[in-house]
Amino acid sequence: MLILQIAILIFVGVTGTAVVLTREVRSQVIGLSFYGLILAMMFFIYQAPDVALSQIVIGAVALPLMFMLAIAKIRRNELQRKQLKEQEERKAA
Amino acid sequence: MSIFPYLLAAYLFLIGLYGVISSRSFVHIAMCLAVVQSSTYVLLLAIGYKVGGVAPIFADVPVGTAAVDPVVQALMLTDIVVEATVVALLLALAVQVQKAAGTVDPDKLLELQG
Amino acid sequence: MNRTRRHVLFFASAVLLFGLLAWAMHDLPPFGHYRGPYGDVINATTVYERHITDAITAVNFDFRGFDTLGEESILFMSVIGVTTLLRRQKKEKKKDGPDESDEIEKHRAPEPSDAMKVITLGLVGPLVVYGLYIVAHGQITPGGGFQGGVILATAPLLVYLAGDLKTFKRITTHSVVEIAEAAGIFGFVAIGCLGLSVGAQFLANVLPLGETGTILSGGTVQLLNIATGLAVAGGFVSAIYSFLEQTIEMRMEGEKD
Repeated sequence: MLILQIAILIFVGVTGTAVVLTREVRSQVIGLSFYGLILAMMFFIYQAPDVALSQIVIGAVALPLMFMLAIAKIRRNELQRKQLKEQEERKAA
Repeated sequence: MSIFPYLLAAYLFLIGLYGVISSRSFVHIAMCLAVVQSSTYVLLLAIGYKVGGVAPIFADVPVGTAAVDPVVQALMLTDIVVEATVVALLLALAVQVQKAAGTVDPDKLLELQG
Repeated sequence: MNRTRRHVLFFASAVLLFGLLAWAMHDLPPFGHYRGPYGDVINATTVYERHITDAITAVNFDFRGFDTLGEESILFMSVIGVTTLLRRQKKEKKKDGPDESDEIEKHRAPEPSDAMKVITLGLVGPLVVYGLYIVAHGQITPGGGFQGGVILATAPLLVYLAGDLKTFKRITTHSVVEIAEAAGIFGFVAIGCLGLSVGAQFLANVLPLGETGTILSGGTVQLLNIATGLAVAGGFVSAIYSFLEQTIEMRMEGEKD
């Protein structure tokens, strides 16, 4: 039991570092979802089941969902801007 | 061993802050803020833990058994919900910044426009 | 200041802060030897005084119910903020005209397969029942209003994943969602005022306590659970719909052609 407790803490540290050091935003969302799941496992091992349930539901489902929707919207706005610029350049030329 | 979880909380806080200051996108900043908030969960969990204690749910264990602290766990529940709401607002702001200024890179948005 | 100077300043202050924190943490009680009396008192008295077996729900909704009211207000206000920030503005409507070019067409998601439709639509019912179960049994087992509310809020997303956009739009823009969210917050305050009307303090537990281990135990805690579940579910559905709105409009126009 003691080994499990120490191991999960080390795992949390390593996964947190990995989430921060990922620069590409779309891969980072998947990493964040995995990090939420590892945190929930840590809560289970330290005898906190209520908090673990809340963390799974919010940190591994609702949060990455909102991130992905925001990323999709930002990308769509970027494409629209590029389009408008090309249209104006074509009209000017 | 006895201060290792506390040091882990301090380490997560600092690595999240490093992600915030060295980031190139607002969405990346929001995710690093999630890591910073998780450092407070680790700290609160470590404060309330009792060696050999069970979960503070007395549906199947008799009332006298040693259990971990329920008050810090209630604080952590509130913390998790507030994190979700803060991230939602930050993402809505990032989308609006992209619409107004065309970029989500904080280094390129150094001057206020208009 | 440019990036390198920022990094150097950060590393210097980070090392200093880590040193100070490590020094302060030597004075905390050693890990695993919990000292404070508050937790032990609550563990010993929850079952006898309030007939609730889940000590965390008792702390959240009964012993410290006022903090939960503050958290509900934070959730409510942030949903208002998100819906306001992401509303459709006038100049946007003119740009999204009928001449959508090929660039955006290429990035549209494909139609979902039959297996996906069967699985997601089959799971909507069990998911709603599961969410209601977790909300209702908050004071007996781990669970409660927050967790169950968010589970309920992800049920319409299964409908979206199955590709049925008209039903999804009908579910999430129905006025029931907003009424549920407002009723949740109002219900919380009204139950608090119930304590005031009898002569005790705000949010005091004044209803009959019932038998330990059944659904109808805990007095006002059960009603507060339901109110919180409604508020959280309504809030998250509204917030997620604000993010999804434009994607739906675009895909629905594409289907009409």
